[in-house]
Amino acid sequence: MIPEPKVVNTIINGDSKQILVSERDSLLEALRDRIGMTGAKEGCNNGNCGACAVIMDGRLVNSCCVMAAEVEGAEIMTVEGLASRDELHPLQTEFLDNAALQCGICTPGFLMSSYALLQENPDPTEEEARFWLAGNLCRCTGYDKIIDSVLTVAKG
Amino acid sequence: MVATEKPQYKIIGTRPRRPDGVDKVTGRAQYGADIKLEGLLYGAVLRSPHAHALIKSIDTSKAEALNGVHAVITNADLVGSGQTFQPTTAEAIESGTYWQALEPGKASPRWAAENILAGPKVLYHGHAVAAVAADDVHIAQDALELIDVEYEILPHVVDVQDAMVDGAPILHPQLRTGVRAAGVDTRSDIETNLASHMRLESGDIEKGFAAADLTIEREFTSSQFHQGYLEPQNATAFWSHDGRINIWTSTQGSFMARDATADVLGVPVASVKVTPMEIGGGFGGKIPIYLEPMAAVLSKKSSRPVKMWMDREAVFQATGPTASSYSKVKIGVTNDGKITAAECLFAMGAGGFPGSPVGAGVQCALAPYKIDNQVIDGLDVVLNTPKTAAYRAPGAPATEYAVESVMDEIAEQLDMDPIDLRLVNVAEEGVRNSSGTPWPKIGAKEVLEAMKSHPHYLSEIQGEDVGRGIAIGFWFNGGMESSSSARVNKDGSIALILGSVDIGGSRASISMQLAETLGVTYEQIAPQVTDTDSVGYTAVTGGSRTTFAGGWVAYELGQTIKAEMISRAAKIWDISGDEITYTDEGTVVGPDDAEGNKRVFSFNELAGKLQATGGLIAVSASSSHTTQGAAYGGHIVDLKVDRDTGKTEILRYTAVQDVGTAIHPDYVEGQIQGGIAQGVGMALNEEYYYDSDGHLMNGSFLDYRVPVANDLPMLDVEMVEVPNPGHPFGVRGVGEVPIVPPQPTIRNAVYDAIGVRFYHTPMSPRRVLDELL
Ligand code: FES
Ligand code: FES
Repeated sequence: MIPEPKVVNTIINGDSKQILVSERDSLLEALRDRIGMTGAKEGCNNGNCGACAVIMDGRLVNSCCVMAAEVEGAEIMTVEGLASRDELHPLQTEFLDNAALQCGICTPGFLMSSYALLQENPDPTEEEARFWLAGNLCRCTGYDKIIDSVLTVAKG
Repeated sequence: MVATEKPQYKIIGTRPRRPDGVDKVTGRAQYGADIKLEGLLYGAVLRSPHAHALIKSIDTSKAEALNGVHAVITNADLVGSGQTFQPTTAEAIESGTYWQALEPGKASPRWAAENILAGPKVLYHGHAVAAVAADDVHIAQDALELIDVEYEILPHVVDVQDAMVDGAPILHPQLRTGVRAAGVDTRSDIETNLASHMRLESGDIEKGFAAADLTIEREFTSSQFHQGYLEPQNATAFWSHDGRINIWTSTQGSFMARDATADVLGVPVASVKVTPMEIGGGFGGKIPIYLEPMAAVLSKKSSRPVKMWMDREAVFQATGPTASSYSKVKIGVTNDGKITAAECLFAMGAGGFPGSPVGAGVQCALAPYKIDNQVIDGLDVVLNTPKTAAYRAPGAPATEYAVESVMDEIAEQLDMDPIDLRLVNVAEEGVRNSSGTPWPKIGAKEVLEAMKSHPHYLSEIQGEDVGRGIAIGFWFNGGMESSSSARVNKDGSIALILGSVDIGGSRASISMQLAETLGVTYEQIAPQVTDTDSVGYTAVTGGSRTTFAGGWVAYELGQTIKAEMISRAAKIWDISGDEITYTDEGTVVGPDDAEGNKRVFSFNELAGKLQATGGLIAVSASSSHTTQGAAYGGHIVDLKVDRDTGKTEILRYTAVQDVGTAIHPDYVEGQIQGGIAQGVGMALNEEYYYDSDGHLMNGSFLDYRVPVANDLPMLDVEMVEVPNPGHPFGVRGVGEVPIVPPQPTIRNAVYDAIGVRFYHTPMSPRRVLDELL
């Protein structure tokens, strides 16, 4: 039987949104397939890769592991909300200028995860950054330039 | 950077932002699975629970009846869409006509079709059996559970050596060994899993070994590794009522995907248009097609566009891992380290259908060295594992791992520095490679010399269970067909239309080469990757050929534009084009006029006059260069082995590589760092685990475990630039070489650390503990 669709009310990147979801949808599916926000990516759909990372009520989550129904009333920040109207976020600028992306599919997840890291720990050591970002997989870069970019932004 | 005779470039060697960068950091870039179309349906695939079985029957009626399901297909629907080869019917199989089109050792469209959706048999755990299109993914998955498949389970084989013994389970009863060398003994009249046998041979091997003071022979095996691209395979298709098939997909080669899809579906190539979306990694794994024909046929049946993407388990189960391998390498040397002979045998598992990368592996195996007497055999073996696909320098990591490991043992026994041993034998310009062709200018020696004088190699290492190792690696790079077109706009800006899919910065690197050719700025070039209807044929983005071949086409486009600019200036000045020069600064200069005034146009100025002198410039170029950008890299590692856990920690890593000319040094470095990380995964922990039923046991990122950020230190890269004489800017290609050396480099260092020689990769913690306990 096809479950009844359900409306969830949420705030995404500052805008209130009502999303019509299937009760089986994850937050990732709700974002991508129901409202066409495809910044968060699916790499594994089971919490192993971090490509779908978003920030939910101030906490970093893998959106593939959050049920869409759970976000009722929550505030979500996705990669689409990282830049301001006029300017890229310093992490975005540094990733670009330091070639921290190759294929770029991991980049939205790394940006959200790095943003959350710097909120929590504005001046991480290399080791702290590597451990925090260990939940985000990148298969292209060997992590070198990603870690370097995050540390550069932290140093201001 | 060590540069030899490098011309002065203005753009090449700088580090501008890539044109697609902003979209990728803001989440706007459209990757394959991001496409949105009106009326879109979602697909899902039923996969085999068995490693090897006959399909007795498939009943899809209950799935078709489920509310929200629009179409269900099996192989019969695929081959029913008009293909040119014999369909997979019971009668055809029984009468034997089904097998007639099989050419030994050669991939056929039927094999491609049967890998996409199983024919009479499933050949590996996860082999696709049926597909569904429904209103959403969940409904499509529900429908899969309603498909009844009756299997007759057959004995299976997943190990290369097991598959070659008499009495092994046979995958394809009609398969006969294809022989690609004279003098190879095969019994071509019997059932076999040996799909092909190739041999390279030169000199007199017996005489060579007789002249040796020391001969070492060793056997090696390696597990299957997966490319592990972060973006799962995906495809969206719409088969219109007029017969046009539109496909949007993440592919390394839009033209290859188009042609292969047309072959499998048996439709004219021109009826298929492939739009390559942004691609989230490939490393060779996104060269074959999987979902494209399925999505197309589901669309035909449902009259709706259909989007499909694989879940991660399907990616591991059913898309190309690399080949598992068995190698035997014997090398003879004189007491001063000169190699007198080498004899190698490499067997690689192709998976369910023929076509492992053993051929490339064979050609790379001894490429770093000058060896007058050599024989190399390569065997392609079918197994009940997923059909292998290319993976970064396909075939080379396994074969060169075996050779570099034996070289390390020789150096130890001769009490020679391992770099010196390699320098004694290093291949140089004029030396014949294993295929008998003399090398052009190559940089193997320069790489070894740079390693030897590198501060890392000169530094002391100390500590318990700490060791250092080195090895070198080779890959061909380059060549094949590429096309582009360019249009000069009225303000001098240039639209550059590329046939090459951009995986990691090729829009930037090709634009830079066009800007350099024309003497214009990088910023005034607006590159874009386009669909298969809009540009000439372009081979895959792979083989480290894109910056090489794409740059060559850009150079040719630039030459044509220059000539056209000169002819327009000639028209305006009313003089002969022969009197006009196009300068390196991008200006067009003629002789002073009668009054002594300078005749000069900037590029942009002259662009403003194009419309009045015959129209804006639009040019296309295609080229197919058979030259290669042969390149070498040498790695140095310091590591520490934990005797309690068996875990190996990389302490310091340096890669020295001949990159020809570094077009965008940041991306060159990035390619090398990425290759190292994948190679470290192969060396230390990645591998496919099968249970005794041939089930893949670790089809998730958690269990397959690619290296993560805290598994690695910073990765130092030293670029040596020995320009490739076969390229206008000396480009060699970069991305593949760095995955070759890590396995032997780390193996040799593990020996230095704990005194244990490994003959299998990965050297996972469990295997290390087994050796230590
Ligand atoms: S897609 Fe959510 S963690 Fe991988
Ligand atoms: S840039 Fe490709 S996965 Fe990170």
